[in-house]
Amino acid sequence: MSGAVSIARRGAIVLGLPAVLIAAWWIASSGSESFYFPPLATILQTFVSLWLSPQAIPNVLPSLSRFAVGYFAAAALGIAIGIPVGSSRNLRATVEPVLEFLRAIPPPVLIPVLILFAGIGDEMKILVIVFGCVWPVLLNTVAGVRALDEVLEDVVRCYRIGPWARLWHFVLPGASPQIFTGLRQSLSLGVILMVVSEMFAASNGIGFALVQYQRTFAIPEMWSGIILLGLIGIALSLIFRAVEAWLLAWYHGLRRTQRAG
Amino acid sequence: MTADTTPAPAEAGAFNAPSWLRGLGGLIGFALLLEIVPRIGLVSPHYLPPFSEIMAALARELATANFWHAFGDTMRAWALGLVISLAAGTVIGIVIGSSNLLRTLTYSTIEFLRPIPSVALIPLAVLLFGTRLESTLILVVYAAFWQVLIQVLYGVHDVDPVARETARSYGLGTWAQVRYLIWPTMLPYLMTGVRLAAAVALILAITSEIAIDTEGLGREISQTEAGGAVAIMYAYVIVTGIVGVIVNLGARALERQVLFWHPSMRLDVGASR
Repeated sequence: MSGAVSIARRGAIVLGLPAVLIAAWWIASSGSESFYFPPLATILQTFVSLWLSPQAIPNVLPSLSRFAVGYFAAAALGIAIGIPVGSSRNLRATVEPVLEFLRAIPPPVLIPVLILFAGIGDEMKILVIVFGCVWPVLLNTVAGVRALDEVLEDVVRCYRIGPWARLWHFVLPGASPQIFTGLRQSLSLGVILMVVSEMFAASNGIGFALVQYQRTFAIPEMWSGIILLGLIGIALSLIFRAVEAWLLAWYHGLRRTQRAG
Repeated sequence: MTADTTPAPAEAGAFNAPSWLRGLGGLIGFALLLEIVPRIGLVSPHYLPPFSEIMAALARELATANFWHAFGDTMRAWALGLVISLAAGTVIGIVIGSSNLLRTLTYSTIEFLRPIPSVALIPLAVLLFGTRLESTLILVVYAAFWQVLIQVLYGVHDVDPVARETARSYGLGTWAQVRYLIWPTMLPYLMTGVRLAAAVALILAITSEIAIDTEGLGREISQTEAGGAVAIMYAYVIVTGIVGVIVNLGARALERQVLFWHPSMRLDVGASR
């Protein structure tokens, strides 16, 4: 009985304020004559007919697949470069200033640059996402590899564990909490770059559709696109958190016991 | 300026003195690579001019008023956006964080609003403000505000319960509690927020210049690309990189300066967050 009450209470706490805010938006905009701020009901109707129907696929699918390809390529690249850089002090000292400089370039700047090389097709957008997302992963991998447990490192050496087993069972797991910090930073950056690259030059994609609606003053459609991007951002961060909780369960457990003890 | 020793971690011992030299070598090597690759035809010089040409273009641009206008516009949007997000994030963070009720009630809303990509607001900003400064500010503030708010919330949450009870027993007023209890505990977190927000604000300021065409370095880049002035475009790209480095280093220096008293800085271990 008390369990049910506490679940209901928690639900009220979680959903209370969002419900109030949405209701406030709904009521405040219900009779809205303002051109830029249409009633929420209209926006939601547009959302359903625009994005929850098969005609959404030609715009949503290219965006998400470009994002996925670029993001995973950046993750693989960042880890693959980050491990050797993190393991060698001399290599690190040599490349660190260059990496710091490349990381500091705001990634959207690369859109015009990469248009020169790759035109305005899928390759350009994927490359923009890769170039933008790789730095947080790379630098965090470097930091994670540097901070590996020294005692464990000696143990690995004493037992003459081979390079692949060392990588798989020691380096990657040991650095994974840091790597995930980088991956999380890259996630929001990747969404930004996905949208901006499509706004700048594209023939399909959510960002492209959004700009078209804005330029043709299709205001409810534009609002529905904004909501869609928001939902995508939220969904990606929820998925990421679930994957992280699953893969790093051992680490969070370790931290908990350390804190408790 | 006490204990403000080199930020190098313990592993870089005295015998590794020439690490900055290696770094310099790395930078020179990178520049040479950018010089050689187009010269021997690996990449067409139309796409990537040799490094020396980019530098020559940069030197010419530095002498123009246009460059300094663009630079000033970008930095103004960045600074204004950052200050607004810092002020709003700190005040709202302290208010929400100090009350258990407010914190639990707003948690889900904050977690929902935070991952919304600020670029989703671009069409709205364009409709409302066109290519004016306000458009850039909307994007910058929306992106940077959450970084500050989250850190401040962590910071306020971190206040030592015993210290709080003590402050209450001694009858410290609200203002005194904020000043002597919450503020010092929160400061390291706030500085992390400043560092993150400063970088994000720069990215979004330039994004808005590229995507909305507001005035600034980003617009110069997209316009020189469209106009085929490739060397000048790369010169601007390099400038944005240098600005980014300065922003990062500046934020880190500020962090050390402000937190010189904090154990994480005194022990030179770097904050764990």
